[in-house]
Amino acid sequence: MTREYDVAVLGGGLMGAAIGYGMARLGRRTTILDEGDLAFRASRGNFSLVWVQSKGMGMPAYSAWTRRSAAAWPEFAAALKQESAVDCALDQPGGFTLLLSEAEMERRAAFLARLHAQPGFETYPYEMWDRARVRQVFPGIGPDVVGASYCPLDGHLNALRAFRASHLAFAIRGGDYFPDHPVETMEALPGGGFRIATSKGAFTAAKVVLAAGTGNARLGPMLGLAAPVRPQRGQALVTEKASPFLTHPVVTLRQTDEGGIMMGDSQEEAGFDTSLGLGVLAVMARRAARMFPEIGRLNVVRTWSALRVMTKDGFPIYQQSEAAPGAFLCNCHSGVTLAAAHALLLAPMIDAGALDEALLGAFTTRRFDVPAAA
Amino acid sequence: MSDEYDIVIIGAGPAGMSAATAAVAQGASVLLLDEGAGPGGQIYRAVTTTPLTDRAVLGPDYWKGAAIATAFAAAGATYQPGATVWHLDAERRVGFSVDGQARLVQAGQVVMATGAQERPFPVAGWTLPGVLSAGAAQTLLKAQGLAATGRVVLAGCGPLLWLFAAQSVAAGLPPSLILDTTPRSNWGRALPHLPSFLATPYARKGLALMARVRRAVPIVSGVTELAIEGEVHAERVVYRRGIRAPVTVPVDHVLLHQGVTPNLNLPAAAGCALDWNEAQACFQPRTDEWGATSLPGLFLAGDGAGIAGAETAASRGALAGLAAAAALGRLSETARDRLAAPMRARLTRQMRGRAFLDALYRPATAFRRAAEEALACRCEEVTGRMLRETAERLQVSGPNQMKTFLRCGMGPCQGRLCGLTVTEAIAQARGVSPVEVGYYRLRSPVKPLTVAEFASLPNTEEERLAVERG
Amino acid sequence: MFRRLHEVARPVLRFRLDGEPVEGREGDSVAAALLALGRDACRETAVSGAARGGYCMMGVCFDCLVVIDGTGNRQACLVPLREGMSVETQHGRREPGR
Repeated sequence: MTREYDVAVLGGGLMGAAIGYGMARLGRRTTILDEGDLAFRASRGNFSLVWVQSKGMGMPAYSAWTRRSAAAWPEFAAALKQESAVDCALDQPGGFTLLLSEAEMERRAAFLARLHAQPGFETYPYEMWDRARVRQVFPGIGPDVVGASYCPLDGHLNALRAFRASHLAFAIRGGDYFPDHPVETMEALPGGGFRIATSKGAFTAAKVVLAAGTGNARLGPMLGLAAPVRPQRGQALVTEKASPFLTHPVVTLRQTDEGGIMMGDSQEEAGFDTSLGLGVLAVMARRAARMFPEIGRLNVVRTWSALRVMTKDGFPIYQQSEAAPGAFLCNCHSGVTLAAAHALLLAPMIDAGALDEALLGAFTTRRFDVPAAA
Repeated sequence: MSDEYDIVIIGAGPAGMSAATAAVAQGASVLLLDEGAGPGGQIYRAVTTTPLTDRAVLGPDYWKGAAIATAFAAAGATYQPGATVWHLDAERRVGFSVDGQARLVQAGQVVMATGAQERPFPVAGWTLPGVLSAGAAQTLLKAQGLAATGRVVLAGCGPLLWLFAAQSVAAGLPPSLILDTTPRSNWGRALPHLPSFLATPYARKGLALMARVRRAVPIVSGVTELAIEGEVHAERVVYRRGIRAPVTVPVDHVLLHQGVTPNLNLPAAAGCALDWNEAQACFQPRTDEWGATSLPGLFLAGDGAGIAGAETAASRGALAGLAAAAALGRLSETARDRLAAPMRARLTRQMRGRAFLDALYRPATAFRRAAEEALACRCEEVTGRMLRETAERLQVSGPNQMKTFLRCGMGPCQGRLCGLTVTEAIAQARGVSPVEVGYYRLRSPVKPLTVAEFASLPNTEEERLAVERG
Repeated sequence: MFRRLHEVARPVLRFRLDGEPVEGREGDSVAAALLALGRDACRETAVSGAARGGYCMMGVCFDCLVVIDGTGNRQACLVPLREGMSVETQHGRREPGR
C-alpha cells in the first residue's frame, strides 16, 4: 500500500515539525517520516535561545534571516499556543554575552564592529556594557565579569515545549507522523512528484522536504541535492530547579522557565560520538561559576552531548533540487531560532514551489563551488 | 587514597564486598566506593551497626551478611563509605564525591556491584507523605530500629514483602493488613517450576515465614486495584478484588512493594548494553558468566546484573572479583577457573527455585503501568494519563521522545522511579514489547553533584578551547 | 508515626528542625530522625508545591530533599544526623546561594 501526500517532510526534529506544521496549516496533506527513539536529535539537545547578536559574520543574509525569524517568533508562539494549548514560554528581553577579561571584552567589541561593518549587513542595535551597568541587570555576577555585549533582539524559550507544541499542532492540523520510518530510497516520478521507500512501506508525495539534519548527507544525493554537512558535538549541563534568578539569557547560560539553569556550550569535532567529555563540562561549569558564583552551589542533575548540524561555513542550506524540482533541502544548526521562519516563511515558499531569492538565495550550496582556476 | 587502582568496586553489598575480598586475595589493589555509611548494601544494611541485637528479629539470613562484612574488613581493601559515584566511562574512569568534594580515579578494571532498587509502584497516591516502600521501612528497621505504628497497610507482592512482614511480626509491630497483589494467574505459570523450588531450602524457609505472617496479620489476596487517598497525607487505601466492590481502609502508613529490579543508571550511563528480561519484566545489563558487561574492563555483579538474591550476589561478586584480577594478569585463567569452580557449583545451587519465584511474583501488568491519576514520574509530576495521551496523540516511539515531550525522567532521580513505567506505557500504546521500545538514554552524572564540583575537575587545553572561543 | 523499637543506648543528638530544637539518635540518617519525630513530609515539590516525604530511604527517589545547614536539596536519607545540625523543610525550588 502506498500512502499519498501533498508534502512529505523527512525528519521529525524541530525543523521538520515546524515545516510540517507550516505546510499543514496551509491546508496541505502532510506527513513527517522520522527515525526511531534514538535518532541523533538536535531538538533534544539544544540551548533554547532565539539569538541574533553575533550571527552572520561572512554572510549578512544569515543575520537578516535570523532577525526575520526572531521577529516572527511571537506570532509563531501565539499560533502554537492557540492550536496546541502549549505555552512555549517565549521571552525576548534582550540577551547578553558576559565577558571575563579585558581581552575578551576587546575581542568582542571588535568582532561586533566588524560584523556590522560588512557590506550589505542590516545593522541593528547592540551595546557594549561595562561591569557597573551589567550589575544593574545581574546583581549576582562574580568579580571576574568585566562587561558584556547586549542586544535587545535576543531571547529564549522552552524549546522542548516548542517541539511538543509543533508536533501537536501538526497532528491537530491533520498531519500524519510516522516514527521508525527511516527512508531507504527516493525517486522523482516521471509525471512529477516523488516515491519514498521506507523500511515500513512506500509513500508518494508531490513535494519532499529534506529536514533530516546530518541524515540529509545521505538522502540529498538521491534527489540531486548535495548536503555537505557534518556533526559538531555540543555539550551542556543543567541544574536542579532554582527560584527565579536570571532575568535575561546569557549566550552560554540561561535559566529555564521551569527553574533549571543551563550551561553551555562547546563546539567539538568528534564525528558521531555523543559521549561526554568531563573536561569540557568542567570548563563550562567553571565559566558559569565565575559569571555567577551562586550557581556553583547548585546541583547538576543532567548533562547532554548532542550533535549540531554544521556546514563548511556554518550557515544554513536552503535549496530546491534542479534535477528534481519539488524536492527541497534544509539544513541549519539553529533550529530553535529559525523555527518561526521555517513554519511561517519557508513553508509558504515551498508551497509556492520557489524559494525567495532575496531572502534565501545566498543559502544554496553553490556558495561552496570554488572555481577551479581561482 | 590514590589516583589509580587495579580494581575499583562500586557498592558494599554482598557482591561488592565479596568481589573485593576475592580480588585482594589475588594481590590486586582494590578501592571500594559505597554511598552508604557502613558496609552491607541494602540487603545487609547496617549489619555492623544495627541496634537490633536480638537476632530473631531480622533473622538468620540477614546475619549471614556479618560474615561477609568481617571477611571484607579483614581483606584490607581501601574502603570509602559515604562516596557517591556519579561517573563511569569505557576508559574506566570513576568519578565520585565525598563530603561535597569531587574526585576522579583511574581503574584497571571496574566491578559494579550497584544492586537493585524496588520496582516503581505507580498507583494513585503513592507520592503522598505517609507512603513509603516496604524496602524503605525495612531499611529504617535495620539501621535505626524504627517501625511504623498505627494503621499500617503493607501492599504488593514479592519475597521481600513477606520477609519484611515476618521481621515486623518478630519485632512485635506487625502491619495491620496485607493487601496481596500477586496475580492469581501467575500460579499457572509458576506451577511447572514448583517441584524444583520445593527441593530448595528457600521453600521450607519461605513457607514457614509466610505461616508466621499469616498467623499474625490479616491478608487480603487477589487485589487487582489499589489507590491511596488523602489531602496532604495518606488517609485511606481503596482496593478492589476483581469485580467485587471497592473497599476503603483508613490508614496511617502504606508500605508498597512489588519486587526489585537492577539499578541501571551507572552501567547504562557508562554505555553497557541492556537486555530485556521478560520473566522479571525489567531491563538488565548484558553480562557473561563472569559478570563481564559489553564493555571491556567493566564487570557487574550481584542483583544489578539480574535479580537473583543476596546469596547469589555474594557468589557472583567473588566470580567477578576473580575475573577482574585475572584480566589484570594477577592470576592465570587456569587458576581463575580452578578457584571459580566451587563458587560456580554454589551459585548453581543458589539459583535453584528462582524461576518459580520469578513466575509467581511477576507483578500484574496493571500495576507496572501508571494508573491514570498516578504520578508516573514523581520528579516532574507526569501522570499516567499524560503518558498514555501523549503516546497515542504524538505516536511516541520510545522513552527518549517521551522525555523530550513531557520531561519524565529529567528530574534528579534520573528516571529511576519512572523508567520502567514509561517504557511499559509506550509498549502498551504501540502494542509492542518493551524490547522494541527501549529505555532512557542515561548519562553522567548518574547522581547530582554541584556545579562547583564539576568546575574542580581537570581539563585539557583542547577542551578549554572547545568552550572559550570568543 | 515511626517508633523506635529498642531504646538502645544510642546517644541523643540535638538538632534544629525548622528552627525548633528537637532530638534524634546517633546512627540516624536525617530522614530517619524526621520520621521518628512524626515528620512524614519534609518538602514541597518544585513543580506543584505538593507535600512529599522520603519514599525509598536508599538514595534513589529524591523525595526526602531538605535544607541541611543552609544547603538546599540534600538527600536526607543519605546524610548522617549530627549534633547541632540545622534541618529545614525544602520549600519548592531551591534558592541560588542556599
